[in-house]
Amino acid sequence: MQLIPGALRKPQKPGQGDGLGPADRAKEAPADLLGWVDERTGGSGFISYLLWRKVPKGTNWFYTLGSATLIAFVAQAVTGVFLAMFYTPSPTEAYASITHLTNDVFLGEFVRGMHKWGASVMIILIFLHMGRVFFFGAYKYPRELNWVIGVTLLILVMVMGLTGYLLPFDQRSYWATIVAMNITATGPVLGPYLADFLRAGAEFESSTLARFYAIHMLFVPGAIIALIGAHLYLVVKLGTTAPPWVRTEPSPKSVRERAVAAAGATNGVGTERS
Amino acid sequence: MAEADQKTGRESGSARSESLPKHEPPGYFEGESMTRRTALSVGVQAVGGVAGLAIVLPAVGFSLAPIFESPEENWEGVGPLDQFTPDSYKQAVITQVDGVGEIGKTTVYIRRGNTTFDEDPNEYIAISNRCAHLGCPVRFVAASNSFICPCHGGVYDFEGQVIGGPPVRPLDRFQTRVNGDQLEIGPRYSVTSQLEPVRARDPGAFTGGIWEYLYPPRPTTAPPP
Repeated sequence: MQLIPGALRKPQKPGQGDGLGPADRAKEAPADLLGWVDERTGGSGFISYLLWRKVPKGTNWFYTLGSATLIAFVAQAVTGVFLAMFYTPSPTEAYASITHLTNDVFLGEFVRGMHKWGASVMIILIFLHMGRVFFFGAYKYPRELNWVIGVTLLILVMVMGLTGYLLPFDQRSYWATIVAMNITATGPVLGPYLADFLRAGAEFESSTLARFYAIHMLFVPGAIIALIGAHLYLVVKLGTTAPPWVRTEPSPKSVRERAVAAAGATNGVGTERS
Repeated sequence: MAEADQKTGRESGSARSESLPKHEPPGYFEGESMTRRTALSVGVQAVGGVAGLAIVLPAVGFSLAPIFESPEENWEGVGPLDQFTPDSYKQAVITQVDGVGEIGKTTVYIRRGNTTFDEDPNEYIAISNRCAHLGCPVRFVAASNSFICPCHGGVYDFEGQVIGGPPVRPLDRFQTRVNGDQLEIGPRYSVTSQLEPVRARDPGAFTGGIWEYLYPPRPTTAPPP
């Protein structure tokens, strides 16, 4: 009874107060507030559906790799917002803004380090998660579409890696990006135009860095967030798979099914629903 | 619902006589080809589609436009003519892209035409230091009379022809012109393995023959001389 928010409880009849003093009422306030929101959104049903799902027997620590990847993405998003507060996407100022962030800003080096190393951690977690799904056979019917979404997410994360690598704008990132764009240009027929699209012209120019920055912090993160939403929706809707070494037990038959089977056995007629 | 209405509207004659009688949709009249409801939903979706395109098309066009922009020809002086010899290269630094600091600059190796290679002694050859493999900066090494790339071991001879390593075509060149007693360097162009000029390609793209179709010329580059 205490777990049900006050706002959702059956109201008292007039003159039959619940006998609560002001202090007791104050204790109820958080539950009342949640109840107020819940009454208007139906959010508690959604959240309990999301969090109190049934999981198959044999669920183990390998099943946490997807959540770990999600947390890594959240860490990248949060640290990225703070880095963006100090970064200038201009070829003449980018490197200086990064050195200022690293050397002068309080905890700047730490936040930048989190973003830089977190990027590698995220890639590693993605591949571990992908390996889990592959080796547990969790990509099979009816979860093929979620595998496809996951692979699209992997590609988008790699685009994040490519575009983010240029942003410090030191010798390493500049030349690595030059090489990456030249490899892009070696694709037949469309490659040269794709490289022009990435550079915004035939040469690396001022809008190239801004282009990479916009792709890195607006375009691809938006796509990743949308696809993570679809990915999670399908996980919640379809449930998770048992590990391949866990045998499924047949569900106990209902009284009617047993009766039909018995009748079929005595009559010599095949059961319709076996 | 709309579909059901549509059906009764269209097949009013034949199908209805066999099954149970159905209500005519509101506003129905004999002989109409589309119910009011269908017409309205098609219209609303069309308006929504137009609104969507009005947002998407400019954005796509805006981001694709740089592919079709042709650049301004930029000529830059590199000094008096008499400093260039036919036997060795003189190094110069020119600005290819303005306003982006050091990355807009590129190194050019310049010499006078050499009769051993059937070149006019009055022309000037300007060779780019951009490796034709993946774009690393090559260096002219006078001792071996060749251009050497530090990244993956590409080697080019005195004329810029590949003699070793992974590069797929000779070194790019720049157009040159004489202005009084000054030499000026113009737009970049690529060459085939026979040193015929073509529009500038990115490093890694082959030139000449069928490669001209597999790595098509881009509007963002200047026409070859």
